[in-house]
Amino acid sequence: MLLATDRWRERLIVGFLFAVAFGLPWLMPSRALFVAETASVALFALSLDLVLGYAGIVSLGHAAFFGVGAYAAGLFAKLVMPDPLTGLAVGIAVAALMGLACSLTILRGSDLTRIMVTLALSLLLYELANRFDAITGGADGLQGMAMGPLLGRFEFDLQGQVPATYALAVLFLALLLVQWVVRSPLGATLLAVRDNPLRAAAVGIPVASRLAFAYAFGAALAGAAGALVAQTSGFVSLEVFSIERSADVLLMLVIGGAGWVYGGVLGAVAFKVLNELVAGITPQYWTFWMGLFLLAIGLLGRERVLRPWALWQRPSTKAVR
Amino acid sequence: MGSLAAPFDKGSAVSAPVLRTERLEKRFGGIVATDSVSLSIAPGARHALIGPNGAGKTTLVNLLTGVLPVSAGAVYLDEVDITRLPVHRRVARGMVRTFQISQLFRSLSPRETLALIVGQQRGLGRRWWGSLAREASVIERADQLLEQFRLASVRDVRTDQLAYGKRRLLEIAIALACEPRVLLLDEPVAGVPAGEREEILQTLAALPAQVSILLIEHDMELVFGFSRFITVLVNGSVLAEGEPAAIAADPRVKAVYLGSGAGHTP
Amino acid sequence: MPTLVFDGIAYGMLLFILAVGLSVTLGLMNFINLAHGAFAMLGGYLTVAFTQRLGVPFVPAILLAFLATGLVGAVLERLLYRPMYQRSHLDQVLFSIGLVFMSVAATDWLVGSQQQNIHLPGWLQGRSEFGEGALGMGHYRLFIIAVCALLVLGLQAILSRTRFGARLRASVDDARVAAGLGIDVNRVFSLTFAVGSGLAGLGGALGAEVLGLDPSFPLKFLVYFLIVVAVGGTSSVTGPLLAALLLGLADVGGKYFIPKLGAFIVYALIIALLLWRPNGLFSRGGSGR
Repeated sequence: MLLATDRWRERLIVGFLFAVAFGLPWLMPSRALFVAETASVALFALSLDLVLGYAGIVSLGHAAFFGVGAYAAGLFAKLVMPDPLTGLAVGIAVAALMGLACSLTILRGSDLTRIMVTLALSLLLYELANRFDAITGGADGLQGMAMGPLLGRFEFDLQGQVPATYALAVLFLALLLVQWVVRSPLGATLLAVRDNPLRAAAVGIPVASRLAFAYAFGAALAGAAGALVAQTSGFVSLEVFSIERSADVLLMLVIGGAGWVYGGVLGAVAFKVLNELVAGITPQYWTFWMGLFLLAIGLLGRERVLRPWALWQRPSTKAVR
Repeated sequence: MGSLAAPFDKGSAVSAPVLRTERLEKRFGGIVATDSVSLSIAPGARHALIGPNGAGKTTLVNLLTGVLPVSAGAVYLDEVDITRLPVHRRVARGMVRTFQISQLFRSLSPRETLALIVGQQRGLGRRWWGSLAREASVIERADQLLEQFRLASVRDVRTDQLAYGKRRLLEIAIALACEPRVLLLDEPVAGVPAGEREEILQTLAALPAQVSILLIEHDMELVFGFSRFITVLVNGSVLAEGEPAAIAADPRVKAVYLGSGAGHTP
Repeated sequence: MPTLVFDGIAYGMLLFILAVGLSVTLGLMNFINLAHGAFAMLGGYLTVAFTQRLGVPFVPAILLAFLATGLVGAVLERLLYRPMYQRSHLDQVLFSIGLVFMSVAATDWLVGSQQQNIHLPGWLQGRSEFGEGALGMGHYRLFIIAVCALLVLGLQAILSRTRFGARLRASVDDARVAAGLGIDVNRVFSLTFAVGSGLAGLGGALGAEVLGLDPSFPLKFLVYFLIVVAVGGTSSVTGPLLAALLLGLADVGGKYFIPKLGAFIVYALIIALLLWRPNGLFSRGGSGR
């Protein structure tokens, strides 16, 4: 995996799937907004993969960075300027800086402390956004952002075709970047840190700075995902910080397989499609079915629930322990 | 990065020790685990550290490598004070260890493991582009280590699927991939089945002569066959030091080992 | 001001009873049980059902809630939790957060999402004022403090005086060594889990009036339980107790003095605290490594 040189098959498959995805909003215009949202949460799941799959940090508050990106991009569009790409950059930058600052909290301490701190962080931001309602709109959500045309030419249409293409393009580029990084010598040291931090330090890898890097990188991409959701839907609500959102993304990543660059994306697609189907039947009790699914995965093991047919995916998800 | 610290030339005939501790101390609450240990490892040494269970041998290794913070005293590598240096910086200065219980990268293969460490060693660890697969010299060195440690046949097997003896070999290969000048071997043959033992002993004997080695071991056959100098640790402090023959004849050492019933001195 | 301290102590005591079971579970089996709050919620709803549907008086009702939740805990431990002990923390998180979501949705479906009210008996209503309003003590909060203080003393006595307490402490210290000494660690754990769940249920029953009770209870208070355990550590009863009192005082005080920021103060304080001492305030390991 780390030393493989021949990747043409993988490129072909990924290229084909993305070509289909890019075609969807134009072939099925009624589904364009769904595509935009799915691409955004797929990016969110990819960002969690860096934190959980590549750094081994169990987080129950990854929504913190998603939410910060969403509010930063939303406020930027509303108060400063409407250009989407600049707003995206702002969302990424703010989330990355916060991730870097917060990496201090997750470098030390046990899994329990990390779960608690990440959760507390997202709740803290929820409180902040709720109380400063003069700026954020509070419980009513942030409204009234008008997005400018993409690249100065393509207006965001209400049907969602341009937003969907935009979100897919950002997801595609992020995927390339992550893939690039995790397969580099730096990425190899990340795997080493995840597998065995004690040994990683004993071969000269600076464990703390690697964890901080993975965490901040994950935060930056989560910020990008949040910014995309804000820009493509034109709305940010307090829900972006909720524990449900953190749990959703955890489930997506686990469905697709953590520690594998495509895991988050595949999981997000599966999750969103499933959500559409189940929510169509019993809209209120989606939480129950999601809970049952999480419980089953935890109880029976990820391999048995998600891939009973074969272990075709090479890096075992068991690596994340 | 090679060694930053050039050894001090004191102009004396006796070469300065590569690794030295000064009245090293470690307390856990009220318990003194390491009590005023002053140790000196000469260049190219084959130095063994022995002692009964609970003598504080592994604690000492953890102090030397920086896994545990010291309570008092100092550690010098090439006469530079490294007492407060973090673990990975000590490795960069050439001090490397192995673990009593193999610490491997579970999801990687031996070849990936060694390639990543050689890459890190050659300063590629922060490079976020390209692939290790394209670094011919890194791959070459990794394959060379695989040969040397008889791991070529299992080079692409995930390390959590390896046989115990192979895991021990990889443990030592990992340390050597770090290009150590000082190597701390923490019980390299502990728990290795008899059939696989010989393989490890041979690779130990073949370690480069210029590498200074501190061997922590229970196995007296290995200790007396391998080392040219022995330090005996009891209850966290140094009981005796000297050449193997002198140690074997020391009545205090005999008392400790006969008392604990683990002695098979030659 | 004294009123504030009084309220803070009552709140902290309540948090302790709610979270102490989680602390023991974590210390004993290194198991992260995020569903602990679900047991508390169950205790609360059972009390509502007992008092309003069946006409059971308040005090017997909360005792029944304690027993019933403990029983449910014992059954679930045997059926669901036991296979999870050896699993990774990620699996434990997925499993237990799944249980939380199921309990939230199921409660919503069974009884609806509205807030539940507990009708307190007359002798627990009202408040006493001292020193011209300087200290106002609600009778119910006084009752909570008294019950919780008794429980703390009881728990402490069980841990330090009884045979079971000695076994429990040995198992927390090192389960493998304890098993080697002939202690049936599995049974110790079953019993502890049941009592811990029961205490959560009791806390939920007592706290419904103060904390509010609706289906989102396990999620809303999850972070508070985690804080008590993360800050207080798992090696004693006093650690979580002090952590819970600290949290109760900080929360009540923060919301009183800076109402605009609400719970923000507490979260910020806790994060700063754990930056300073990542292993908690009262861990034996000192200021962390």
